[in-house]
Order: sequence, then structure tokens, then C-alpha cells
Amino acid sequence: MKPVRVISGNVAALDRADVDTDQIIPKQFLKRIERSGFGEYLFWDWFREPGFPLNRIEFHGAPILAAGRNFGSGSSREHAPWALQDYGYEAIVAPSFSDIFRSNCTKIGLLPVELPEDAVRELLDRAPDAATIDLERLIVTLPSGREVAFEIEADARERLLNGWDEIALTEQRIVEIERYEAERERDGPNTLTV
Amino acid sequence: MAPRTMFEKVWADHAIGDDLLYIDLHLVHEVTSPQAFEGLRLAGRPLRRPDRTLATADHNVPTGPGQPDELSRAQLAALKRNCEQFGVPLYALGHARQGIVHVIGPELGVTQPGMTIVCGDSHTSTHGALGALAFGIGTSEVEHVLATQTLTQRRPKTMLISYQGALGIGCTAKDLILGTIAQIGTDGAGGHVVEYAGEAIRALSMEARMTVANMSIEAGAKAGMIAPDETTFAYLEGRPGVPPDFAAAVQRWRTLASDPDAGYDHTIVVDVPALAPQVSWGTNPGQVVPITGSVPEPRDDSDQRALAYMDLRAGTPMQEIAVDRVFLGSCTNGRIEDLRAAAEVVRGRRVAATVSAMVVPGSAHVKAEAEREGLDEVFRSAGFDWRGAGCSMCLGMNPDILAPGERCASTSNRNFEGRQGRGGRTHLLSPAMAAAAAVTGRLTDVRELVGS
Ligand code: SF4
Repeated sequence: MKPVRVISGNVAALDRADVDTDQIIPKQFLKRIERSGFGEYLFWDWFREPGFPLNRIEFHGAPILAAGRNFGSGSSREHAPWALQDYGYEAIVAPSFSDIFRSNCTKIGLLPVELPEDAVRELLDRAPDAATIDLERLIVTLPSGREVAFEIEADARERLLNGWDEIALTEQRIVEIERYEAERERDGPNTLTV
Repeated sequence: MAPRTMFEKVWADHAIGDDLLYIDLHLVHEVTSPQAFEGLRLAGRPLRRPDRTLATADHNVPTGPGQPDELSRAQLAALKRNCEQFGVPLYALGHARQGIVHVIGPELGVTQPGMTIVCGDSHTSTHGALGALAFGIGTSEVEHVLATQTLTQRRPKTMLISYQGALGIGCTAKDLILGTIAQIGTDGAGGHVVEYAGEAIRALSMEARMTVANMSIEAGAKAGMIAPDETTFAYLEGRPGVPPDFAAAVQRWRTLASDPDAGYDHTIVVDVPALAPQVSWGTNPGQVVPITGSVPEPRDDSDQRALAYMDLRAGTPMQEIAVDRVFLGSCTNGRIEDLRAAAEVVRGRRVAATVSAMVVPGSAHVKAEAEREGLDEVFRSAGFDWRGAGCSMCLGMNPDILAPGERCASTSNRNFEGRQGRGGRTHLLSPAMAAAAAVTGRLTDVRELVGS
């Protein structure tokens, strides 16, 4: 994963609530067994609808996507963040995210930024005007110059800032995991003998 | 010790430090795992606990005659190859135990109270019906669990949904959960682990409880749990995966229920007797009304968009809406009791001439059981298509999809735009209600049919 520090640039606006992962990447593209190349399938059906906001030329190439509440609801498919990132987005800003989507984003270095409704509203209304997201300071600078603070779990922030591999971090705690298995693990179902 | 909720007990039992959670069971399917196995291979990591991992093929398998397309075949082959290479037991297509991952876990008895269970699928919450802490994860996390048998987790908040009063005639677990989502919204439980409690939950069968827990994610919940009781223990007894000393396990499971004075971050009360059979009108599972109601007035842009997509007008009585297709199946309502409930309505009737209807059992085992009971004959002779097990038209990865503009009464869990096929229109409802729609050709209050 590439480290994430400051993301600065134009904002693309998708002023819709409850954007679910079925819209972000429809099921017919989940048959691929690769991890890359999903960008061309992003919002497959919506991009083909007349008037879909992200088709607007001034939104092309924007690194920041602003959207309505409950973004990324529905299916746990990580293909959704893969598609958004592969398309070119580096951060998604919304009043709220679904839990699984949000967590999936932080695993791949796509920054989910939760801001109050009024701050997201400014981004949506002024798009494509540029904004800056500073993960080190946990501050978003809106097009008006107003600074708004945001929160992200401390460990996720640390990983993102450093581009660390989460599995490698957990592997450093293997002694703790082995101790758990030795002392506290229950007789669970053995899937090899069911 | 301070009183604790069931969630807090299970969490404490599996926490390593304050940010790692040990995982007892990892369920794997073909769609969200190939990139995770590939990640292990690239990093040269072994799979830590094959004996705590179980795989099946469900999302992308054919349920009728005909072969899967080339990409689907490659995905199924990748699962087989990965399971062989890493020593994971696999219930592939054709296996007597193959089926939707959330149907086969409980069915095999590998889903047990007090466990932590994850799967690269958002409806993993289903397993919480037995008192497990079960939730969906993404592919990066699948890889993390394969490699370490743990997940990095922050402790979620807790919510109690308390069901007061009993369900009326013709109302089911599906109506209970659809009514709940309509009440609290699609992100009403965001960031929370929900515990479902109250008289109406206690009265539900084990399978009906799975329907409730299954749709936790549709209210945005991290997970949904139901305290294990005699219903749970009776359901599990004798299943292949349960502990050899079953009595001792039951003793342990009895201690899991929330302590009487335990506190929750939020509490919600649902008035159960007020619920009529429910049906969705829009494009998210919170856009739900009673079957006796009408298409509501739009309150915002989302509602407007949903009405346009669904080609509906505010004020139209729900029962006047004609359907083209009926889908009976999915991890929400593809178990034997669901098929029995639908067959009860269908028996002696015929699918309307304007409707094409299909039954897709949730697992090969459910299918075999239904055939033993003669349910397949009931459905077939009424004009239903009787299929093999899989996710099928719940998400339409295989050839089972709606054509653009087609309207479907569906027992699945999501009515998102295009979920069952591009341009398709989905109305979520219970199995009995789906059966009623199949025979009348329109959304129908099942109470009128079974009453007559
Ligand atoms: S039946 Fe539908 S919701 Fe359930 S696991 Fe399959 S695709 Fe997902």
C-alpha cells in the first residue's frame, strides 16, 4: 500500500444518499479473480444514464469524490473500493459510510473521510472547486478556505500514513496469538472432520 | 463483575489485547476469496488454521441446466485450486452439502453460540441468530484471517432492539425485520452490534431467527445476535459439527445470554402486533410499507429516484402492483421452513399465467429434504421452476436474472437498483407473501388467501 498523507485537488460531486456497492460495481464484474482493472466498470449502469453527474467533464480526473450519507452500503465486496481507487479517486468524503465499506477502504489506501453535513454540502455545491485533505493534521480545507477536523481510528491513520501492510503488523504479534490458542481457544468445530 | 451483554461476553472471550479479535470460524466462497489466496501466495504465507476454515461455492453457480460461462468456470476452478493448495475443506458444486454459505453453517452445526465467525460476505450476520458474533469482511480482511486467524477490530457500540407483543396471523420473521428497517432506516444501526430480544423473538423458530439476523446489515448493523435458548440447543443437537460432549457445551452456552441489568448504547422498541405483512416499494430495504398500504409520497430525492426507477406512482395501493416474476430463495428465506410456508400457500393453486416463478433452495441439503417431503411436487405442479442450490437471482451473477423493466416479488434481502438484473424491479417480502403473489399475479395480502 502506498502511504497517504495529503490529498489535494478537484472534487467530483455525487449528490446521492445510500449509494450502495451494487451501484459502485455491479455483480457481473465480480467474476474476475484479479485485484486490478476494476476502474473501467465503476458505476457501470449509472455512467450510461443521461445526466449522471460524474460524466461531467469538469469532474474528470478529480482525486476527491464527495457524496451523500451512508455511502458504500450493502454488499461487502472490496471490488467497490478497488474500482473507485482504480478509477483515480484517492479519497471519498461523505457524512457517513457503511462500516464494511469504510474499513475496506482503509485497507487499500483509499481514504474515507467523514465530515459534518454542512461541510459535505459545501464540497457538493462548489464542486469541482478544489479541497485539501491532510491526514497528518486530520484537517480538510474546504474550497472556501474553512478548515474542518475529521476523525479516523488511530491505528488506521498510522498504517495509512506509513503505507504499512496490516498482515505483517499482526504477524509481529504471533506470540500473543499462539498464547491465545494455547490458553483460551475452545473446542470449536473442526471443519476438516465434519 | 459488572453485568455484561451477550456481545460483551463473546467479545471479551476473543479479544487479544484491545485491538485484535480471534476468529473461531472463517467461511469462504468463490467471489471474495481469489484475490486473498493470491495475496497469501505472493507473500509466501501459509494459511494458519485450515481446520477453522470452510469453503463452498454459492454466489456464482448455475442452478439450472446449462454450463457456467467461461469467467464463472475460472472463478470456481480458482476456488478449488486454492482450497486444494491450502488444505481447506470445500463443498463444491455437486457435493451433498453444497449451498449458500449462511445456510450451510448452521445446517452443519459448525455455527455455534459464543463463537466469532467471519466471511467475505455482508450477510454473515445470519449466524448471529445462534448467539455467535458474526459479521462480513472485505477481501483484504479475508486474507488477514487466512494468514493470522485474527482481525484488527475496534469495539463496536451495542443496540438492543426489543420486540414487544406477538406476531399476528400471516406475519413472519421477514415482516418483523422489514418493519424494523423501515422504522430505523438503512443506517439506523450503523456502527452497532444489535441484540434482538423480546417475546416475539423467543417465539420464533431457529430458522426464522436466522431471517431476522440475516438482514441486520440492511439496517447498517455490524452484526445481529439472538441469545441462545432451548430452541437453539434443540436445533443444534445431533448436527455433524457440534461438540462431542453436547451437554457440557449447552451448559457453557447457557451462560451467554445478556445479564439482566446489562446496558446498551441504544435501545429501540418495536410494536409487533402493529405489523402487517410488509413489502418494499423502493430501491433500498428501508423503503417498506405494509401490504395494506399504498406507495408513499416521496420525501426526498432518494424517494423520487426510487419511484422513477420502480415505475410507481405515489398513492397506488400496493396490492394493485402486478409482478412478472417470483423468486423464492436466498440466505434470508431459502431454508426448509421457508419452502414449507410457501408450499402451504401454493398447494392446490396455480402460478398466474402472467408470472414466471422459481424456487431455489438455499442448500443441496434443503433441496433433498424438500424433495423427501414432496414440496418439489407441490411447486412443480403449480408451475414453479424447481432449481438447484445457490444464490441465484438474489444477486444475479449466474444466468438467473430479471430482464430490464421486469418486476419481481422476491424473498431475498436487497432491492437495490439492478440487484436482480439491470433495470429489474424488486419487491422484498416473505415466502408466504411471495407465494401469494405468484398465484394472483400481483402483490397480495397473504392473509386473504389463507383465510379463504
Ligand atoms: S443469497 Fe444473496 S445475500 Fe445471501 S449470500 Fe447469496 S448473494 Fe449474498
